[in-house]
Amino acid sequence: MSLDLPKEIEPAIELVGIDKKFGAVHANKNINLTVAKGSIHGIIGENGAGKSTLMSILYGFYHADQGEIRISGKPIAIRDSQAAIAAGIGMVHQHFMLVENFTVLENVMLGAEGGQLLRKGVASARKELKRLEDDYGLEVDPDAVVEELPVGSQQRVEILKALYRGAEILILDEPTGVLTPAEADHLFKVLRVLRDQGKTIILITHKLREIMAITDTVSVMRRGEMVATRKTSETTVEELAELMVGRRVLLHVEKGDANPGRVLLSVRNLSVKDARGVTMVDNVSFDVRAGEIVGVAGVAGNGQSELLEAIAGIRKPASGEILIDGKPVAGIDPAGLRDLGLAHIPEDRHHMGLVLKFEEYENSILGYHRDRRYGRGAMLDLEAMRKDAEEKIAKYDIRPPNPRLKTANFSGGNQQKIVVAREIERDPNVLIIGQPTRGVDIGAIEFIHKRIIDMRDAGKAVLLVSVELDEIRSLSDRILVMFAGKVVGEKTGDAGEQTLGLMMAGIAA
Amino acid sequence: MDYFDIFIGILGSAIRLSIPLLFTALAGLFSERAGIFDIGLEGKMLVSAFASACAAYWTGNAWLGLMAGIVVAIAFSFLHGFASITNRGNQIVSGVALNFVAAGLTIVLGQAWFGQGGRTAQVPGSGRFTPIILPGADAMREVPILGPLYANVISGNNILTYIAFLMVPISWWVLYRTRFGLRLRAVGENPGAVDTAGISVSWLRYRALIVTGFLAGFAGTYLAIAQSAAFINNMSAGKGYIALAALIFAKWKPVPVMLACLLFGFLDAFANFMQGKSIPLIGEVPVQIFQALPYILTCVLLAGFIGIARPPKAGGVPYTKER
Ligand SMILES: Nc1ncnc2c1ncn2[C@@H]1O[C@H](COP(=O)(O)OP(=O)(O)OP(=O)(O)O)[C@@H](O)[C@H]1O
Ligand SMILES: [Mg+2]
Repeated sequence: MSLDLPKEIEPAIELVGIDKKFGAVHANKNINLTVAKGSIHGIIGENGAGKSTLMSILYGFYHADQGEIRISGKPIAIRDSQAAIAAGIGMVHQHFMLVENFTVLENVMLGAEGGQLLRKGVASARKELKRLEDDYGLEVDPDAVVEELPVGSQQRVEILKALYRGAEILILDEPTGVLTPAEADHLFKVLRVLRDQGKTIILITHKLREIMAITDTVSVMRRGEMVATRKTSETTVEELAELMVGRRVLLHVEKGDANPGRVLLSVRNLSVKDARGVTMVDNVSFDVRAGEIVGVAGVAGNGQSELLEAIAGIRKPASGEILIDGKPVAGIDPAGLRDLGLAHIPEDRHHMGLVLKFEEYENSILGYHRDRRYGRGAMLDLEAMRKDAEEKIAKYDIRPPNPRLKTANFSGGNQQKIVVAREIERDPNVLIIGQPTRGVDIGAIEFIHKRIIDMRDAGKAVLLVSVELDEIRSLSDRILVMFAGKVVGEKTGDAGEQTLGLMMAGIAA
Repeated sequence: MDYFDIFIGILGSAIRLSIPLLFTALAGLFSERAGIFDIGLEGKMLVSAFASACAAYWTGNAWLGLMAGIVVAIAFSFLHGFASITNRGNQIVSGVALNFVAAGLTIVLGQAWFGQGGRTAQVPGSGRFTPIILPGADAMREVPILGPLYANVISGNNILTYIAFLMVPISWWVLYRTRFGLRLRAVGENPGAVDTAGISVSWLRYRALIVTGFLAGFAGTYLAIAQSAAFINNMSAGKGYIALAALIFAKWKPVPVMLACLLFGFLDAFANFMQGKSIPLIGEVPVQIFQALPYILTCVLLAGFIGIARPPKAGGVPYTKER
């Protein structure tokens, strides 16, 4: 499956016959891959296709059961991450590997301190960080504590870590999943500069637009196999999507006109403060009617998360009122809200949506465990729970289809499907959704989008918060734009990207 | 006796009582900052007290006693590490188990070797750490205020006391100024970051536990052959737990650890002083109330007065690469 490279371009990485099993899961099957030096190589594939596993093998985090890795033509054994670092490989993991209460400088130095005592290393690290900042536009304050930085900067720290250790090959696993569009643009600028300086970059992403915009070549994985490699200039989004999923994918969901009915969710003069007392949602009012999808667009951090949490009953409003089907909900806890017909797909599946240590079937009824269907009194009916979980797994194509697997062992996208299935299958009247497709592959996005539209057509009220403008635009019947905690404007679902972009930046209304 | 003399007396005994706490809390500092909870500090203190008493009795040399105390405490650290790092067992269970082993083993061996119901024989003077009179202590005695302070509180302690206070800046320096310290703090927060930086998580944690054993060895030795002259059954008497409380109290930082230990030592000394004395208006207060003060204080302060005590994030969780 290797690409015919022009003779003069030497390969930076060659993977030959890599194979890896996790118990019964065959995560990588006889993978061959060649990446040219000084290029940006994209890897795409469905959730659970084995992309992260393959890259973790290259970085020495996992061991391949079989296969060979060659760096610049030389076969090397990558026993651990130390060996990978020594071979000039750096990796930015899907979930960051940072010490959160350390400063940027300390994080960058960790593992490359330059001697038993820190003092000398600190001085040279400071100098080197300055150089990297100047050369690549990787700007961060070396003395800032990492947990206080926005995600975009945290990611920059990860990149700096790799470069500081002399990485010639940089692996980025879904780097844009958590970034705002502006941050993503900045990242791509940095990646281009790195490539132009001769570094080799492997980029994993679910966003085909990014693949088309920045990569030189792209490889597609499906169910553990490497199924195709293409020059980016010679392929199309449609072809890639089809290679990935194995069938034609609708990149834009089709939906008919909305038939809005009575108001099911009403927000009146709502203000919400965060833990520090800063006003995050500022006097917001809107209605969502039965049979319509209202999208909330905005750059991350402009109050959408807090708005969602307030409606879900997780965060107490500072003032204002929320009504579900005309009933004020002040003082009702999340469980009570569920009984009123509200379902919530939280933005952050790890913190709020799932208990990662639970088995899949336990998560698939989490929060609904008091339901009569799953047990009586104090006892749970495990048989019923598992049967229910199996149905959802089949319907949402959750892989691997095993309700007894620990949730942590599902890939990110499949974890998301577990949450989506749980909330939508309850058939709620009001559905509030945060980032429904974060980290989800295009096949699954198509499916989730269809389900959301089905909900609307069945006369439910849907409130959708997403930082993906594409998602907002293709699903919403009406779009509210939030900026600095306020709703700065309302547009119809067919509003242009440009218009919305300016409103999100707080420039136009 | 005027109040000042009483105060000086209590202060002197506070210092002496806080030393085993200080060594033990610093010992716990290293393991907990590396992400290994060590409820077994109590047991380590006990076995090292026993070992140092035996060795000092047999050799008549206090320093050999100290060596023995350290070696045995490190051996216990390795057991804890084997259970909780290598085999990824539960750290609390392993620590509690080691405490039981320590309590039982010292009595059994003590009875077998010395036949005094678990006590060891009296250690001769040469096998003990005895008080050192600092230069000029006698001459200074007459100077008001500073004199008695110098002569009775600062001077007249044994060498381990001075070592204990020296360990505070050394611990700080190791944790915040060396490569080992940086990595140790990192592994207690996010072992994944350490692993992906190409550093062995297990070896790093083992090394932290060696330091823990080393310091706990001093604590035990102090109890057996500095504060007393023999090993007595269960002579650690819960000090390992108080040291843990001091550690939490101090939010896992070296200098606050010292202050917390001094405070607990002071409360202990005060309780001793109040024994059998009556307070005006109230009358005689049961000594147990004073003895309970450190615990009550810990509860009250932990319940919110010291702000959020944020333990090392990865503490107590065995590290695995699997998800
Ligand atoms: N540590 C592990 N233990 C058990 N199973 C695992 C482990 N890591 C991955 N898997 C399984 O291996 C398969 C491949 O997972 P991987 O994380 O590589 O997928 P991915 O392509 O990165 O998916 P995503 O796009 O959702 O991130 C999945 O089925 C996953 O459940
Ligand atoms: Mg992945």
